[in-house]
Amino acid sequence: MSSKPSPVIHLEDVHRTYVMGRESVHALAGVTLSFFAGDFWAIMGASGSGKSTLLNLLGCLDRPSSGQYLFEDEDVGSKDDDGLSELRLRRIGFIFQSFHLIPQLSVRENIELPLYYQGLPAQESARQAEALAERVGLQDRLSHRPTELSGGQQQRVAIARALANQPRVLLADEPTGNLDSQTSAQIMEFLAELNQQGVTIVMVTHEDDIAEYAHARLHMRDGLVDRLEQGHA
Amino acid sequence: MRSFRVVRDIELGLKNLRLHKLRSFLTMLGVVFGVASVIAMLAVGEGANQEALEQIRRLGSNVIILRSEKPVEETTAAQRASFMSVYGLTYEDESRIRETFSTVTRTVPARIMRQEGRSGARRMDLRVVGTTPDWFDLVDRPLLAGRVLKPRDMDLAAPVVVLSESVARRLLAADEATGQKLRIGPQVFEAIGVLEGAGGGGGDQRLDSDADIYIPLHVFRERFGEILVQRTTGARQVELVELHQIIVEVDHISNVEQTAAGIEAMLNRFHPRGGYAMDIPLALLRQAEATQRTFNIVLGSIAGISLLVGGIGIMNIMLASVTERTREIGVRRAIGARRHQIIRQFLIETIVLSSVGGLIGILIGISIPRLITRFADMPTIVTTFSLIMAAGISMTIGIVFGLYPAMRAANLDPIEALRHE
Repeated sequence: MSSKPSPVIHLEDVHRTYVMGRESVHALAGVTLSFFAGDFWAIMGASGSGKSTLLNLLGCLDRPSSGQYLFEDEDVGSKDDDGLSELRLRRIGFIFQSFHLIPQLSVRENIELPLYYQGLPAQESARQAEALAERVGLQDRLSHRPTELSGGQQQRVAIARALANQPRVLLADEPTGNLDSQTSAQIMEFLAELNQQGVTIVMVTHEDDIAEYAHARLHMRDGLVDRLEQGHA
Repeated sequence: MRSFRVVRDIELGLKNLRLHKLRSFLTMLGVVFGVASVIAMLAVGEGANQEALEQIRRLGSNVIILRSEKPVEETTAAQRASFMSVYGLTYEDESRIRETFSTVTRTVPARIMRQEGRSGARRMDLRVVGTTPDWFDLVDRPLLAGRVLKPRDMDLAAPVVVLSESVARRLLAADEATGQKLRIGPQVFEAIGVLEGAGGGGGDQRLDSDADIYIPLHVFRERFGEILVQRTTGARQVELVELHQIIVEVDHISNVEQTAAGIEAMLNRFHPRGGYAMDIPLALLRQAEATQRTFNIVLGSIAGISLLVGGIGIMNIMLASVTERTREIGVRRAIGARRHQIIRQFLIETIVLSSVGGLIGILIGISIPRLITRFADMPTIVTTFSLIMAAGISMTIGIVFGLYPAMRAANLDPIEALRHE
């Protein structure tokens, strides 16, 4: 791991506690970690280990119950809902297991979505969407509906959408969970390629062969970082 | 750029609505019917009101109309068959009114009878009005040809007659009516002028009708006498009525009611058995306005309820839509959409829905009164005000009933929303 002066993401003793009735569930029970620009992490762990909670937190969809989360030295915990939205809009890209494309929008419009919320003029955002589609190899599918595409193509559209805001970090939640092994390999190779181009990636997966593509693994267990494995690939 | 985004948002709203065409259409129906019924009902109400007001206005709001009316106790069949009825207003009444009240500027007496008119082989039932030149000042009907009665006609007791448009057309059937001769009963008269039709349907309160012809009062008395014999079904009706009608002109509107009360008190003294009736157009006008107000309130309530139902329908569907699109909302939030942007999206969708409904409603609302006018021959008036109001109401419904679903959408937890199936 290359040591750079300040990490993109830094968690310091982060807890996330859900109150369910009278019981408190400690989904995260004191996590400390740092991710740096150019990293490619795989977060692994059994279901209930807290890996999804961690990803939601990293993606600024949630705030820590206690502890500190610094995203590029900004304190995420102190931000309000609009502040979190702004972080997601400008600096974070998401891809999901079930792609989460908006079915009534075309490929082009799906890719344009973050640009639309950024307030980009239509012409500029159309131009960028075309470039992004080309980057994921779907330039001839721009006016298709997501349902007219294969699973692998849909995930490519989702990746193009996630890249639209040139994110500091790309968060992937089981990106190959809904794909066959051949398509999975293609998608993972594409992600690896993006990482080589400098995109920071944090991916949740429970499959070892998928985690192979990452440079480092973080194993979660009972809401805690169990162990780190560095220096793959 | 801001306005441009609104256009884009509206496009998105339309797109989402087109996705469920039938559902959107059914949702709209509530607003469509609400708006259409508001406009149509207001148009019918306004039309009826305008007609009533027009007729009353034509009488002038500074006049009082006295009519002879057969007293109730004399109208048994036996008496009608055998006796001559003597009742009603007299010449003396007229001069007494004119001289007693300083607020009265003019009085116009009239004798009226039904008589057959003939010209060659053509016959027509006419309402013959014997009156004075002032009649034409007080009853506002444009002169189409020739002239009206003049004081000289009165002095000369000239056998001249002013015709209504339809009488001239049907009885004389000539391009040039003036100068032609026609028979009224046994008498021959010369037509000197033609008045425009009275217009509209008939009514008790009317001063004039489309079958009217006007002759000098003196001539009426000379040629037809004071005793009128009317043949009605089965019985001969013999009546002695000096004047059938007196129009009293008052100097100012503010004196009308007080003068009317004075006249009534006076007539009651000289006609203890009654035999006359009094119409005050001003009072009728006020009454018509009050009726219209009540009508509008009832109408407004009905329209309000139907629009409320329409709005609730929209809210219901939007809530269902929010549930159905929970995942979409989660995705948008994850990508970085702020709460107010989600609110905006759903609100615009509802406003588009209700506005399109409103627009269709307005089109239907404009067509219905036209059909009513064409097939039921009722006057209708679609006012600009009712259109603006309908448009405003449908937009407001969109905002009011869209706000709650939109806020619900915006307040969804993005993590939960993404997980939603």
